[in-house]
This record gives sequence, structure tokens and C-alpha cells, in this order.
Amino acid sequence: MTTIDPTFAKATSPRRSRDNTKLHKAMSRGMLILYILFLLVPIYWLVNMSFKTNTEILSGVSLLPQDFTWHNYGVIFSDSTWYMGYVNSLIYVLLNTLISVTVALPAAYAFSRYSFMGDKHLFFWLLTNRMAPAAVFALPFFQLYSSVGLFDTHIAVALAHCLFNIPLAVWILEGFMRGVPKEVDETAYIDGHSFGGFFLKIFMPLIASGIGVAAFFCFMFSWVDLLISRTLTSVNVKTIGVAMTRTSSATGLDYGVLAAAGVLTIIPGALVIWFVRNYIAKGFALGRV
Amino acid sequence: MFKTQNNKAWFLVLPVLLLVGFSAILPLMTVVNYAFNDTFGNNAFFWVGLEWFREVIRSERMHDALQRQLIFSAIILAIEIPLGIAIALTLPKRGVWASLTLVLLALPLLIPWNVVGTIWQLFTRIDIGLLGSTLAALGVDFNLGRDAIDAWATLIVMDVWHWTSLVTLLCYAGLQSIPEAYYQAGRIDQASRWAVFRYIELPKMQGVLLIAVLLRFMDSFMIYTEPFVVTGGGPGSTTTFLSVDLVKMAIGQFDLGPAAAFSLMYFLVILLISWVFYTVMTNLDQEKEEVPE
Repeated sequence: MTTIDPTFAKATSPRRSRDNTKLHKAMSRGMLILYILFLLVPIYWLVNMSFKTNTEILSGVSLLPQDFTWHNYGVIFSDSTWYMGYVNSLIYVLLNTLISVTVALPAAYAFSRYSFMGDKHLFFWLLTNRMAPAAVFALPFFQLYSSVGLFDTHIAVALAHCLFNIPLAVWILEGFMRGVPKEVDETAYIDGHSFGGFFLKIFMPLIASGIGVAAFFCFMFSWVDLLISRTLTSVNVKTIGVAMTRTSSATGLDYGVLAAAGVLTIIPGALVIWFVRNYIAKGFALGRV
Repeated sequence: MFKTQNNKAWFLVLPVLLLVGFSAILPLMTVVNYAFNDTFGNNAFFWVGLEWFREVIRSERMHDALQRQLIFSAIILAIEIPLGIAIALTLPKRGVWASLTLVLLALPLLIPWNVVGTIWQLFTRIDIGLLGSTLAALGVDFNLGRDAIDAWATLIVMDVWHWTSLVTLLCYAGLQSIPEAYYQAGRIDQASRWAVFRYIELPKMQGVLLIAVLLRFMDSFMIYTEPFVVTGGGPGSTTTFLSVDLVKMAIGQFDLGPAAAFSLMYFLVILLISWVFYTVMTNLDQEKEEVPE
């Protein structure tokens, strides 16, 4: 492949087209900035409201809090129905992430390295579960977990979320594992490693970023769900989503606290997103792309 | 990659099979049970055959929900796919700015869905929301609790806000895989911007674009939480989409038979789309193996 001499390329391109590309660049830059503003303004409004007092919120619209207050966050951290919502959600989300990634690792290895009876059907079946509408499963889940006595426990929600998170983790991990050449495995076996030793000491470090991405996506999809967690819990395990949707209380809706609670749910994602920024597309596309 | 034939690999897959089977097959079996039986309580069931399916297929309410759902998904795709592509084309290719824009773009994707609803509910309120009050100040009579068109517009803008970034990120990943030499060849031919897009970028994005279309269709087809929080399916039932209706039917009214029959039909549609998705994915994998990067 020969590269073009840049001076030659410049000399042949007429001036008009160069002005055109400049204009084009400026336009596309402008469009991008507008779009990002569109994404950020609603979030800014939420953050803005979370620092206002309720009287200020209800008295009219102001772009910055006139009477800056941490009170709303204080309410959340001192009222156990609020902060336990976060704790409960975090417990089942972490449990689910742990279960999903742990069982998905060997399965993804099997799919990426071996062909076995029914492997393609199984892989497809897993995909259908990732795609399954939660609304279809809400009621049967309720009955299933009630009948085995797990209703209103963390483990019930964690297991129910496995429905879509295990397939997701298997697909993502398989996508990463197929990038590791098979010679790595073979060399390790020749060197006398057992399967377990090879998998834990050699293979897992090689796909560490894949494991991180899979865990991130399991965390995220479990964290964003409202329907299933709301259906499977009632008194003991009140989730943050439920805490936020109980719209009526004795004193009416407390908008400032609601906004603060919303801001706090965005933070976990916002904290780790930088580390997975190059893999976000791959994660959403189930390990492909 | 050449794969070794080894049926013992089943042991590695077994835990996944058991866990997903527990949360997928058992519940689905109860659904099937309800779909073909009726009950007067006390767990006494009798066989009604296809009665529930007939009822659901004939019911006006279902037709309306399905129609609304299809229109909603069509509008979502018609806006998000072109917009997503356009934004992907404007992204910087590398450097700190590229990373920063990626992070900003991905932010809405990571927000819990009920919070997305809350954000837009607060944002569009006429009395306390920035958008709502701006519209009111401009003299627009905006009320999503009363006006069906306002409710639809809010839901659509919200979904565009929430999910267009997904299309953008996927297309961006596709664009990144185009070698610089392709663009150089285009410059030598003095190709117009449109020609570069049409004959270089679009063909290379085809695979990821298909994934984006399918994912967006699936997820918009199953949308539940956001309309539930923002409009609650109203005003009237103008924003009652399939999932919203299904949950109302199953958990609100406990009409198990029709809800189950409806679920099964819903699931068949999803199965069909999953199959298309799977075919696209496997084709994409093969392409990748034939042309190593």
C-alpha cells in the first residue's frame, strides 16, 4: 500500500472543495454539540432540582438553585426507607452480577472452543431469553418464587434477573474469548496445566477486560430494571425503584428528594463508565461488533 | 476458528442451563398452563383449548394496543436510526475528545429506566419543569396528562433521548473498523461526501446497523417502565402499549387466561425477531473470520 504524498493531494484539490470541507466540519461539530446539549439538559434539570428546597421548586422555574441546600440528600441518607432502597437494590444487583458472570465463564468457554451436540440451538435459546419481554415473566415469576418461599428476598430478584443477564454474559464473554487464539490453550495443556489451573491462572487474566465488561453490563441491566424487582418484592426488600414510584405520601410528593434520589441512581453508572467506554458498543451488541 | 468436537463441553454449560432453565422454562410452563385452561380458584383447572387465544385475537383492546405499539416502534426507528448514523459521522475519530464524547453519549443508557421516566416527568411539568415552562411561556398549550399528542410527543422525545446513543455507539464502532486507505481511495477519486458515505461507510456499517435496528425494535416493542412512569398509559389508554396492557391485565385485573394467551403470542413475535438477530450475528462472525483485521 503506497500512501499519497500530502502536498500532491493538496495541490489537486480545488480551493472551493477545501472551503466546503471546512464548512462541513464546522457544521458537524455544531450538530454534535447540540445533540450532547440535548442529552445533558434533562439531567442538568434533575441535578438542579435536587439542590433546591421544595418551596423554591414549587414557586417557579430558576436555572440555578437560589437557596442552595443539601437537605434533599440529607433526607435520603437519614430516612431508612430511602437509603435501604439503595442497599437492597445493590445487594440483589451485586448478587446477580456475581452469579451471572461465574456461571457464564465456563459456558462461554465451551461455546467458543468446542462444538457439541445442540450447541447452536442452545446458544440461540439463550439469546431468546435476553430478548424476552419482562412483562411476560412478571406474573409467572411472582407465582414461582412465592411457591418456593423466596418471595420478597434478595435472592429471588437476583435469580429472576439471571433470565436475561446470564445469556448476556455468555454472549459477551464468548465474543471476547473467540479473540484469544486457541494455541494459547494448547500450549498450556502441553506445559502440563490442568483445565482448572489453566482457566484461572492463564485464560482469565487474558480476557480480564471481557470479564469487566460482562460484569458491567450485568450490573447495569439489573440496576435499570423496575418491573421484575417491583413484582418480586414487597415489605422486606423495598427497592429504590419502588421507593421512587410510590407517588403519594401523607405530605404529597417531595420533588426535591425525588430528584436527589434520581441523581444518586445515576452515580454508579457514571462512575465506572470511563473504564468501559471503548467496549460499550460491544457490550450492547452482545459481544459482537 | 476451528472448534473441537467434544460433547463433554456440556458439563461446562450445565450450570447456565439449570439456572436459566429455572427462570425461563418453569415460568413459561405456567404461562402455557394458564393459556389453555380456566380456573375458578382453588387450583382447579379445566381445559378450554384455544378459547383464550380466540378471545385475545378478537378483542378490540388488543388490536388497539398492537396498533399503538407498531406505530410507536416505527416512529422510534424512523427517528433514531438516521439520527444515530448522523451523530456517529460527526464524532471525532480519536483522542481525549473522542473518549469524552463517548462517555457523555453513553450516559442516558446507564440511567435506570424508571429514573428516565422521572427525569422527563419533572422536565416536562408545566409548573416546575424547564421544557414544560418554556413551552408554556412560548404560548404552547402543552399538557401530557390531557392531550394524547403531547403524551406521544413526550414519550417519543424521551425514547430518542434515551436510546439514540445506542445506535450512535454501534455505528461508531462500525466506522472505526474502516481502514484509512478506503478514504484515501475516495479522495483520489474526488468522491463527494455523499458518495463516501454511500459507497464506503454505509456498506461497512451494514452489520452493526442491522444489530442496531433489531435491538431498537425489540426494546421499543417491549417498552414498559418509561410510559408507566411518565403517562401511566394515559390519557385514557392512548399510550397503553403492549407491555403496559399486559401487566395491567395480568397483575392489575388478574385475567390470567387472556394474559397468558397474549403472552405466548407476544413471545412468538420476539422469537421470530431473535431468529433474524441470530442469523445476522452468525453471518457477521463469519465475515469477520474470512477477513481478519
